[in-house]
Amino acid sequence: MGDQASSTSQVGSILRPEFGVGVVGYGAYVPQYRLPAREVARVWKSGAAALPIEEKAVPGLDEDVITMSIEAARNALARARIDPKLIRAVWVGSESHPYSVKPTSTVVAEAIGATPHTQAADWEFACKAGTEAVQAAMGFVGSKMARYALAIGMDTAQGRPGDALEYTAGAGGAAFLLGPEAEALATFEASYSYSTDTPDFWRRANEKYPEHGERFTGEPAYFHHIQVAGETLMQSLGTKPEDYRFAVFHQPNTKFPQRAAGSLGFKPEQIEAGLLVPRIGNTYAGSAMIGLTAILDVAQPGDRIFLVSYGSGAGSDAFSLTVTEAVKSARDLAPTTESYITRRVEIDYATYARYRGKLTIQ
Amino acid sequence: MTATTNATGRRVWIAGVGLTPVREHWERSLRDLAHQAMQAAMDDAGGLRPQALYVANMLSGALSGQTQLGALLADYGGLRGVEAHTVEAAGASGGMALRQAYLAIRAGEIDTALVVGVEKVSEKVTAEVEAALVSATDTDFEAAQGVTPTAQAALLMRRYLHQHQAPADALAGFSLTAHEHGATNPNAMFQKAIKLEAYQRGALISDPVNMFDAAPLADGAAALLLVGEGVAPEGGPVPLVRIAGSAAASSALALHDQPDPLRPETVSQTTRQALERAGIDHDSIDLYELHDSFTIFAALSLEAAGFAEPGTAWKMAADGAWKRGGKLPIGTMGGSKARGETAGATGVYQAVEAALQLQGRAGGSQVEGARWALIQCLGGNGATCATHVLTVAG
Repeated sequence: MGDQASSTSQVGSILRPEFGVGVVGYGAYVPQYRLPAREVARVWKSGAAALPIEEKAVPGLDEDVITMSIEAARNALARARIDPKLIRAVWVGSESHPYSVKPTSTVVAEAIGATPHTQAADWEFACKAGTEAVQAAMGFVGSKMARYALAIGMDTAQGRPGDALEYTAGAGGAAFLLGPEAEALATFEASYSYSTDTPDFWRRANEKYPEHGERFTGEPAYFHHIQVAGETLMQSLGTKPEDYRFAVFHQPNTKFPQRAAGSLGFKPEQIEAGLLVPRIGNTYAGSAMIGLTAILDVAQPGDRIFLVSYGSGAGSDAFSLTVTEAVKSARDLAPTTESYITRRVEIDYATYARYRGKLTIQ
Repeated sequence: MTATTNATGRRVWIAGVGLTPVREHWERSLRDLAHQAMQAAMDDAGGLRPQALYVANMLSGALSGQTQLGALLADYGGLRGVEAHTVEAAGASGGMALRQAYLAIRAGEIDTALVVGVEKVSEKVTAEVEAALVSATDTDFEAAQGVTPTAQAALLMRRYLHQHQAPADALAGFSLTAHEHGATNPNAMFQKAIKLEAYQRGALISDPVNMFDAAPLADGAAALLLVGEGVAPEGGPVPLVRIAGSAAASSALALHDQPDPLRPETVSQTTRQALERAGIDHDSIDLYELHDSFTIFAALSLEAAGFAEPGTAWKMAADGAWKRGGKLPIGTMGGSKARGETAGATGVYQAVEAALQLQGRAGGSQVEGARWALIQCLGGNGATCATHVLTVAG
């Protein structure tokens, strides 16, 4: 065993559940307000420079990761058509949990009727906190410790006024209810996690806005981790980019996922359906996951989907999924991701500053 | 005033050069980069060992928490025992270190010297790097007001455009020239030519300075092995490069104290002196490695050095005068704009690149038939200026 693990370290390192696991329900949520990137450029005088996205979603005054997670979780439950009392874990991955101490997940679990016989926890790993929760849910369900487990990735991302991230730091995310393969609308073949100590982006305790290592966030951080995670999972499964109809990656801006997809061998048409960042911004822990909901909204039974998330600090989680017949009856039971994206109210920078509490003098 | 010319003193030669690519070398340390360049220069000189080490560096104390680079790099480079110290004059550190080594050999105190310029900036994010850079201004009067080097470049550029009634994209030619030259230099950070439209769309950094006016600050090291007459190895595969003229000067540190900020007097003075000491005039110069941490400095340098009339360098840039094959190629390996700006190491990069040009070793960047090169680096807005004339003409 030891020899095998060391000689085929990559192949032996993928995460595959003992019993088949799949997505039995999924749901997205995007708040309705939109701040165009050109409005940020206007205020911060960035000239005629190319903008990283078109616009980003902004949460309203009465929205936060708790309310948004509840919205997405209810959509996932609507599609799953199960009794929420059967859920044994409610996990919310985010880097904008409203409280430092006091779980988001207990409020969400209570609101969707999953309490009290449930595990509840908040996850944190920058932009991949949500996909970690998915992997943990695969473990719960795949070991038959639980019939259902709910994994959510949701953020109301923070960007310091004037910082490059302010153009893209958006709001939104998705919820995935995992359950037995037989009930699934998409099944997981396997997952793989690749983590290193790479300090590219961080927010220290009690700080309001994150800091980042500028170009260091690219090559040694985002691209390296996505590339290795993606390659390793495909190698281990013996799959190739052309085996997948869809691929979705963490989307901090428009260019990064396009380039990551290209270097892994995916074509632009494979990532188109899940590439939402130009229209809603970077939803951080929700980014790759909400891309997956948009794909499930249009995928056909038999389609294969490849997903790689990225979280600063740093790591990537890669997943390989196959869509089943059940998707057809489930997808219309909740609002599509596209319907959330087209539901938009444009706001100016001043309104955005008010909604996001950026007028406080520290 | 001293009027000594090279013709009466001991001659000094560059016997070997070495450099690292300019990059964001995330995984390499200051000493590692310096060592690579030092070893390469010694190897290039046929294994000659120096009697002294001159380190050109501006930011290691602030960004790496490391000073006394002389002892550090001599020891790490296998040269324990040689005299070694840092020469710091902001962006002119490289040229000033070269000059100190040159003077020591010329004086006959030593026969061989190694000059290494090294800068490691990618340890820190821009705000911290900018805070370190601003310490090179007259801090009580400039840094304290938030007037960073970038802001000063913006003030100068705005004044230049205003005074010469030049359009907003007047300095584009310098950026285009630099990127075209960088495209043929494998050691350059940016190896891609850009179009005028790209320049015009460049994000504003400090109005009117845009992204394509500002050189990217990055990591790198370059080194030169200097030898005096009588020690210079003979019969090598490439001609040795002689330091034919050397001059340096200082001026008011604060921008507001300079008599004419658009005409840095140290540039005029040291160019004149270096050419005189080399015994040549402007027309003999085949290439000019000038200071271009911002495009405005390329324009000001060309005009103050006497290669263009005031207010005309930008038009000539647009006409291709400063490109390879033009009137006078500048920044022939990309300059700081495309090769990458390495602060204290820049002057040494300039010398290495000019030497490679004169020896016919500049690859795709080769300026054909180049025999005389002028190299010049500035500290601040010309508060310090070091200028050298290099040649293979005997």
